Amino acid sequence: MLAEIAIEILQMLLVMFGSPLLVGVIRKAKARLQGRRGAGVFQPCADLRKLLAKEVVVSENTSWIFRFTPYLLATTMLLSALIIPVLTVRAPLGFMGNIIALMYLFLLGTFFLALAGLDAGSAFGGMGSSREVAIAALAEPTVLIAIFGIALRAGTTSLDGIITRFAAEPLLMLNAGHLLAFFALFIVALAENGRLPVDNPATHLELTMIHEAMILEYSGRLLALVEWAAGMKLFLFLTLLSNLFFPWGVALTNTPLPLFVAFLALAVKLLLFAGAIALAETSVAKLRLFRVPELLAGSFTVALLAVVTAFFIK
Amino acid sequence: MADVHGLKQRLDSANLNLNNIEVRSPRELRVSVPRQRLVGFADYLRTEVHARPELIVAEDTRLEDRRFTMRYIFDMEGAAGVVIASVSVPAEDPTFPSLATRWYLASRFEREIHDLFGLVPTGHPDLRRLPLHQFWPPDYHPLLKDAMVRQDFYDDGEPYPFRRVEGEGVYEITVGPVHAGIIEPGHFRFSVEGETIINLESRMYFVHKGIEKLFESATLVQGLQLAERISGDSSVAHALAFSQAVESLAGVTIPPRAAYLRVVLLELERLYNHIADVGAICTDTGFAVANAHALRLREDLLRLNARLAGHRLLRGCLLPGGVARDFGAEQIADARGLIARVAADFDQIVEIATTNGLVLDRLHGTGRLNQQTAREMQVVGVPARASGIDADARRDHPFAAYAALPLRVVVHTEGDVWARLMVRVEEAREAARLIGLALEALPSGTLAVPLDALPEGEAAFGLVEGWRGPIWHWVVGGKKNTLRRVKIKDPSFANWPALNYAILKNIVPDFPLVNKSFNLSYAGNDL
Repeated sequence: MLAEIAIEILQMLLVMFGSPLLVGVIRKAKARLQGRRGAGVFQPCADLRKLLAKEVVVSENTSWIFRFTPYLLATTMLLSALIIPVLTVRAPLGFMGNIIALMYLFLLGTFFLALAGLDAGSAFGGMGSSREVAIAALAEPTVLIAIFGIALRAGTTSLDGIITRFAAEPLLMLNAGHLLAFFALFIVALAENGRLPVDNPATHLELTMIHEAMILEYSGRLLALVEWAAGMKLFLFLTLLSNLFFPWGVALTNTPLPLFVAFLALAVKLLLFAGAIALAETSVAKLRLFRVPELLAGSFTVALLAVVTAFFIK
Repeated sequence: MADVHGLKQRLDSANLNLNNIEVRSPRELRVSVPRQRLVGFADYLRTEVHARPELIVAEDTRLEDRRFTMRYIFDMEGAAGVVIASVSVPAEDPTFPSLATRWYLASRFEREIHDLFGLVPTGHPDLRRLPLHQFWPPDYHPLLKDAMVRQDFYDDGEPYPFRRVEGEGVYEITVGPVHAGIIEPGHFRFSVEGETIINLESRMYFVHKGIEKLFESATLVQGLQLAERISGDSSVAHALAFSQAVESLAGVTIPPRAAYLRVVLLELERLYNHIADVGAICTDTGFAVANAHALRLREDLLRLNARLAGHRLLRGCLLPGGVARDFGAEQIADARGLIARVAADFDQIVEIATTNGLVLDRLHGTGRLNQQTAREMQVVGVPARASGIDADARRDHPFAAYAALPLRVVVHTEGDVWARLMVRVEEAREAARLIGLALEALPSGTLAVPLDALPEGEAAFGLVEGWRGPIWHWVVGGKKNTLRRVKIKDPSFANWPALNYAILKNIVPDFPLVNKSFNLSYAGNDL
């Protein structure tokens, strides 16, 4: 029992402290690809520390939702860290680890963030919320359908079950449906986390922002929580992609050696994903906002194909 | 329309009751027009020679003759030269007939004069304030010679009367004056339907510094330094326009070596700004890698500027009468080597950016300014040439050594962000080429000629095609070699309102991209 609690705490700490580092690595890789030196990989950690120590300024026109949302965001992300098999498939709360529950945990955060964006009544917040909700509505079915594509093949929607099955029978993954589902989810991961080509995390131009526009009113500790939660979301999305599609290394038993191997394997997988994102973001431009639905419709089609192939190619 | 002599004959015989038609130079005709005949005269020029007023200057000359003096500088299509009409406005009846319904640009000059001098353009349909914001006292006209410094600024809380746009689902997005990036202040008020922009109104003049007032009674040296600081990225262009006006006033011709060095300096300024703009346009499409490299090239060029001129923004190189700094053989070799390398790198950046389908998708068709709108709004410079208007002061009103150099004017017809990007790309290449040619053909000789005292009360203009577009300086000589009045027109003054049209029917997130493709100066507009 104690060991299980320790593992859960370990997973949570890993997500908490790994996420700013992941963001730092992506930024560093992007800078290097652009021919810049870039800030150190620990810069996002330093930023969070600075923000946590700063005074919070809240508009008088906001309601409780504005103050509540950052805590909710951080909580949903930490809760997800307990459910997702980050290191081990035998996470104590893993029995809750239904993929559908997880998606809606993420969406709960998106929903409240959209409300918080509207709350202060500024033009930018409303603009960001309207765009974010439009994208979330388009991305959500893709996520579910793509996951179903692999769940059908694994015979379960439980995350633990999918990973255990694929780890035991890697040949199951050797088909087109698996690849299609991966691409569909990767595109949605970019959209959901406000990355290029959907949103530009590096811009200062309010009129073009989506995620950043919603959080413009936040400051100090609250901003730190929102930023931290955004980093954790990216970390969790990439972890999910890594472990669902490349299950090698995930600990099947909760003993020290497999857990250590799982940690190393995750680090390598996330580094590769960080590199892939940096490369993708360097080689594409931002899509015109009205083209984003086309991209997401494309990823939906790909996800649908993944499901269809699950029936045809056993 | 052949030349100003031909125009003089036509004016003489046109029975317009004009006084003192004088050919001041082969490209400049001066005429006094009685106030009540101004509109008729302007209409004659408009219909007969397709002239349009590019600059309207008011001057408080009540001390000399109890009158205000207005000057209308008409530019004629086809490079025939300019017509300068002067109109006297008696101090006891400070009104003048408005040309606002003929030319939109004139309406803006008239609003400016209304605020700064208190002269009233009769028949003007929109006399809302322009350079002076609401909190200025209504009877405070700072460009009057007897205006005292006042402190009684008062904000009555009444908002500026923006145009109201109403309708179902229409809402307003207000942006600025303070922006998120490190840029200058300006207020943009969008009326949008969903994401589609159906109206944009901009409010400028948050950095109105009273530059024209500062020029009053400045010495030539002070005036030159001030001109260099009107818009930091156009130091050479403004200083050159000022110097040319002063030289025209003093009636001197600069030595040939100075003329070629002026070409080099102006094109160096064009080169580093155009390269930075190309990068900035790319970064606004989210393609940051092009910007990172464009900024690297810009930095190389700024360092070259520092080595050549002792100043990264090329300040302190010009002076009325010539240039202040000479380039040695080593510096010339340095410049030619670096510019060849920068031009090669720049070609690569352009190649990478313009073969990226996602970048192209953002550029094509975005922020289209059609040629008719551009002509009606008297848009100048880069946006004009991107909308198919073949105009470049370097060719049409040659100055420095441009007449002796094979200049190619870049014109695109699409009028969108892509066209404005390509005009910049090709002009940057052209600038690099011109620098090479000018350095090669650099004649030897003196750098500057001495100026005699400026004739008091006389006026002349200087016109320079800066990297944004044509810059006009109108200079009136004062007592003891000082300046009595300087009026500046930066291309941004004519181009800012055009942005409001280019953006119509585009979507909100494309505004920063369209704005960047114009890249107008706030400082140059607000003065």
